[in-house]
Amino acid sequence: MHEINWLPFWLTIKLASITTFLLLLIGILLSYYLAYNRHKINTIIEALLSLPLVLPPTVLGFYLLILFNKQGLIGTLWYKIFNKQLVFHFEGLVVASVIYSLPMMVHPLTAGFRSVPKNLIEASFTLGKSRLETLIRVILPNMKASILTGIVLSFAHTVGEFGVAVMVGGNIEGETRVVSIAIYSAVESMDYKTAHIYALILFFMSFLTLLALYFLNKKWKPYDKA
Amino acid sequence: MFKIYLFSILLLFGLHSFCRAELIRVYAAADLQYALKEIADLYQREHPEDKVELIFGSSGKGAAQIKAGAPYHLFFSADMKYAEELYKEGYLVTKPKPYAVGRIVVWVRKDSGLDPSKFPQILLEAKKIAIANWEHAPYGRAAKEVLQNYEVFDRVKDKLVLGENVSQAASFVYSGAAEVGIIPLSHAISENMKKVGTYFLIPENKHSPIVQGYGITEAGKNLKGVKKFYEFVLSPKAREILKKYGFMVPGEK
Repeated sequence: MHEINWLPFWLTIKLASITTFLLLLIGILLSYYLAYNRHKINTIIEALLSLPLVLPPTVLGFYLLILFNKQGLIGTLWYKIFNKQLVFHFEGLVVASVIYSLPMMVHPLTAGFRSVPKNLIEASFTLGKSRLETLIRVILPNMKASILTGIVLSFAHTVGEFGVAVMVGGNIEGETRVVSIAIYSAVESMDYKTAHIYALILFFMSFLTLLALYFLNKKWKPYDKA
Repeated sequence: MFKIYLFSILLLFGLHSFCRAELIRVYAAADLQYALKEIADLYQREHPEDKVELIFGSSGKGAAQIKAGAPYHLFFSADMKYAEELYKEGYLVTKPKPYAVGRIVVWVRKDSGLDPSKFPQILLEAKKIAIANWEHAPYGRAAKEVLQNYEVFDRVKDKLVLGENVSQAASFVYSGAAEVGIIPLSHAISENMKKVGTYFLIPENKHSPIVQGYGITEAGKNLKGVKKFYEFVLSPKAREILKKYGFMVPGEK
């Protein structure tokens, strides 16, 4: 029987989970700022944040490769602190994925923040609640659907990442060989069976996540009935 | 709040560096796809304490990655040039040694109805010809030389589809996307490809010899397993495997 190596899956899920978690933290801060502050500079920030959506992943990958390697700006700093390189390592993939999937988190969250009725927030302030408490107990619970969308999209987008991963990660088993790269490798080495199995699992996994997302989104939409 | 963020980020990064067994990480030219896999399997049976991890790609890409700091312990090039270049610049710590000499073939699928022994006419009949990119794949360079020596390069250059490495070029013909491929003999006689295709061995004098060299990298220099595997590749058992895949081994005819 043909043996299937599950390592790429495990690695992909680990990468996507860590990326999504980090993005959730970064995304909440960024989107909160973008949704409730009106500066001219915000337009520039929003455009910058959306860049990963339109840029070919190889462009991003190329510049990350330059920034991340031992002579690069971020790479040197990282090397000094952790005595390890960013390129060709899992951590490098995490940083790259965070940048790559940033719009997938920031867009739904910003929309979510803007959709929470102002009077709810003001009521909370009037009752003497702090900004932080209002955020955690009033705003976030009222935008569950947006948060879920952000989480699912970031996760899925990271799972599907290929161009960036191949450029900054190489193809190292257990370190940077994520599923998308493993499929590419399998096809290249004419191991169609492995490629089929990986691809089919990904196919169904993606379908089921999206199905769950649409289902929950319908259930949680509170304000379009009123 | 910010401290909690920072803490969780650090925690997550820390988690992943657990449980890493001793391993030998090898970057090898793609023509070794089958032979080196078999050699590594044999080695692991004899040394169950070591794990050999193989990464295949073009020699040029491997050399570039090693220069950029990729954590490979051994580098198997498909020529001497890339290995020597790395050695000169200090990325390899052992002087590059030849381990095999490769040959190239013209390969077609049996169901294509083409006859590979009608070389080079077959190239003029084909719509697409797969070869490896000669910019960074030594086998691609050899394939280009063959085309030039038969004086057909200019006539067929618009039909060439370039694989990033020989495996990709081989998979282009294997899948039927290209009718003809100029690929390593070691691929042509692998079980996968033997089943569905036939080939014509290109005479040795039509290209410069594909002498393949290897060495230990800076990252692998103090590792015992790496040294053992390095020597294992030149052992009689490993040489038998290389010969089985159509390589000539240094010091033998």
